[in-house]
Amino acid sequence: MVLSPADKTNIKTTWDKLGGHAGEYGGEALERTFTSFPTTKTYFPHFDLSPGSAQVKAHGKKVADALTTAVAHMDDLPKALSALSDLHAYKLRVDPVNFKLLSHCLLVTLACHHPAEFTPAVHASLDKFFSTVSTVLTSKYR
Amino acid sequence: MVHFSAEEKTAVTSLWGKVNVEEAGGEALGRLLVVYPWTQRFFDNFGNLSSASAIMGNPKVKAHGKKVLTSFGDAIKNMDNLKGAFAKLSELHCDKLHVDPENFRLLGNVLVIILASHFGKEFTPSVQAAWQKLVAGVATALAHKYH
Repeated sequence: MVLSPADKTNIKTTWDKLGGHAGEYGGEALERTFTSFPTTKTYFPHFDLSPGSAQVKAHGKKVADALTTAVAHMDDLPKALSALSDLHAYKLRVDPVNFKLLSHCLLVTLACHHPAEFTPAVHASLDKFFSTVSTVLTSKYR
Repeated sequence: MVHFSAEEKTAVTSLWGKVNVEEAGGEALGRLLVVYPWTQRFFDNFGNLSSASAIMGNPKVKAHGKKVLTSFGDAIKNMDNLKGAFAKLSELHCDKLHVDPENFRLLGNVLVIILASHFGKEFTPSVQAAWQKLVAGVATALAHKYH
């Protein structure tokens, strides 16, 4: 799977339109993931996962910032995300199935807040983008 | 068997009452074909599927999407017995249509995303969770008779 030039344009344009809310959306996507897919909570026994949790918000911002970095480096994601890739492979070891769950909830969050931007073509490009990022983050698992 | 609480049933039925099934069905099937192009394999006789706009405007896609989502509406009337409600359709999808059940999961998630874009803030995390449970239950029910 390859991100086409059109995909990259869709992704950059959409991400720019988030208007500084990316961090907030990261937190919301996490909350949606924990609520819809309770098994994902097993990776956060050390967190307060109640609604409005400051830890979840902070972690959501971390995830969003990493995605912002990814958007800026779409031509070389393995290099840009190398440290995060190491982290997920050797320390966090989040089962690969969970990346799909979070990716889905990121799409839901963006669709909620930016329905006008979220055309079928943009939806497709974003789905491919999150899938590509997920592949990079799990690339050193074995 | 999936069990839905009273709150979950309310979350589902109250939103469903506001859905334009014809429009949402076409949109859901259209987006499935755009976002996951390999799903087009089931629709060789649908005509022009060559671009996102061709797909979304295709009258056969719209008609079939309406059919599929109307059937989904039956699920909502039978949330306590999805397997029973979808037994015949399950046999059809296995024996005649030969559809990999993974496609039911993909369509269910596309439907959730469409509901999010239509309902915005109203589509809260707990409303989404009820719908995720429903689409998973429908996918499982449709796969139940496969052999």
